[in-house]
Amino acid sequence: MQYMLLIYGAPEVEPQYGTPAFSEMMAGYAAASAKMVEDGVMRGGEGLQGVETATSLRIRNGKVETMDGPFATTKEHLGGYYVIDVPDLDAALRYAALIPSATYGTVEVRPLMDYNPAGA
Amino acid sequence: MTASDAIAVTRAVEALLRQDRGRLLAALIARLRDFQLAEDALQEAALSALTHWGRAGIPASPQGWLLRVALRKAIDRIRAGQRDDRKSADLARLAVDEADETPPEDIPDERLRLIFTCCHPALDPKSRVALTLRTIAGLSTPEIARAFLDAEPTMGQRLSRAKAKIAAARIPFAIPGPEDWPDRLQSVLAVLYLIYNSGYTLGPQGDRDLCAEAIFLARLLVHLRPQDAEIEGCLALLLLTQSRARARIGPDGATIPLTEQDRHLWDRATIAEGLALIDTAMIRRAPGPYQVKAAIAACHMADPAPDWPQIVALYTRLLDFEPTPVIRLNRAVALAEAGHLAQALSDLASLAEALHDYQPFHAAHADLLARAGQGQAARAAYDRAIAAAPSPADAAFLIKRRESRPI
Repeated sequence: MQYMLLIYGAPEVEPQYGTPAFSEMMAGYAAASAKMVEDGVMRGGEGLQGVETATSLRIRNGKVETMDGPFATTKEHLGGYYVIDVPDLDAALRYAALIPSATYGTVEVRPLMDYNPAGA
Repeated sequence: MTASDAIAVTRAVEALLRQDRGRLLAALIARLRDFQLAEDALQEAALSALTHWGRAGIPASPQGWLLRVALRKAIDRIRAGQRDDRKSADLARLAVDEADETPPEDIPDERLRLIFTCCHPALDPKSRVALTLRTIAGLSTPEIARAFLDAEPTMGQRLSRAKAKIAAARIPFAIPGPEDWPDRLQSVLAVLYLIYNSGYTLGPQGDRDLCAEAIFLARLLVHLRPQDAEIEGCLALLLLTQSRARARIGPDGATIPLTEQDRHLWDRATIAEGLALIDTAMIRRAPGPYQVKAAIAACHMADPAPDWPQIVALYTRLLDFEPTPVIRLNRAVALAEAGHLAQALSDLASLAEALHDYQPFHAAHADLLARAGQGQAARAAYDRAIAAAPSPADAAFLIKRRESRPI
């Protein structure tokens, strides 16, 4: 079963670039990614640029409306994600706990929609 | 079939489901991996039992009969629904199980796995409680709704949402491994404690006593996972609390503090069982919060009076596991009882902000202030405690207290 691990955090509480805590966080990410690859569960993952780079779009009455900023104006932003393929939620939660941002922010674990349940 | 035969069969099926529903359901879920399908199939099997047993008599192994028929019903449903998320291999495997004529005593007991699924931390706490009562203890949805003063449809929706999440997020049907065991067990024991506490504060609602259900579940856990010190500690705690059930409510309906209860009303057999469990648990040298709480309950009930210095020491230990303001409050109260009133008052002062909205804090504070001769502050604390009292009887008790104090 595939799960997306959505990484949310408030940038101001995360370690700042150039501090030892930042290096530790980056090493933690490298270790988490390496573990997922090594265990053969990694299906993908990326980090996102900051919300100041985000543009939101919606179509209303056939007209495209474009806005500066993220969809939700919350303190904690979506900063990146992993997609992993593991047997069950407990396994997914174990990998989620390896993500350094779980210490500062929150990792949301969501099963991916399965469009081909028969596996054929 | 005569009317009396029909009644006898109905009774037999009802009794069987009341006693063995959890076990049958667990065995079905282990094979089907689908809560809802398992429940529906068991329900259908029970219905066919009514007609079939009425005609042919109750089979030698009614549990085995129900399990086989439920599996057949589930297979039928899977086929009829053309649920293509089921591989034909699954169906073949189920068909083998269905044909299996194993006598019921050999049906493996899968309830421990089921308990861990129902109490999984990925479910909302109230849903864990409801699902455990429904699937393991065999309460009906209306019974659970009544016990929690909820509307029946609301409780029904809560249960279906929980079952849907188990399926969609694939919450495993498994006993956690050693690394997850301590945390996950605490989650299970917390559910038992919540069930007990709801029964304790709400009193028996409707036809099921939640205190008795919690004790049933704790006994079941001891049976399914023998030699676990924390499970034994949890059962001991529930038993010691339950042993005082007849003494804790006065004729006027107010809660009587433990120190003022009529000890003759305590149930000696239950106390003895609780104390023996604590001894057994302690020998295992695997300390945990439930064992400490059970030991605290035991020290409260020491003969002829509570052992306050020991209670203080145990609360200090409990803070290692649960560093919460409520535990600190309890420790301060024990400290005062052990003769350290000034220290207790200073500890309470540091908790005032955190426990601002917690009624027992103000009741305890009032009592200690009165003892220290701080009349004005004591009266103010009594007023707050009375205003926030959970019942009129409890308010009346505090009013009587306030008036009997030389403040």
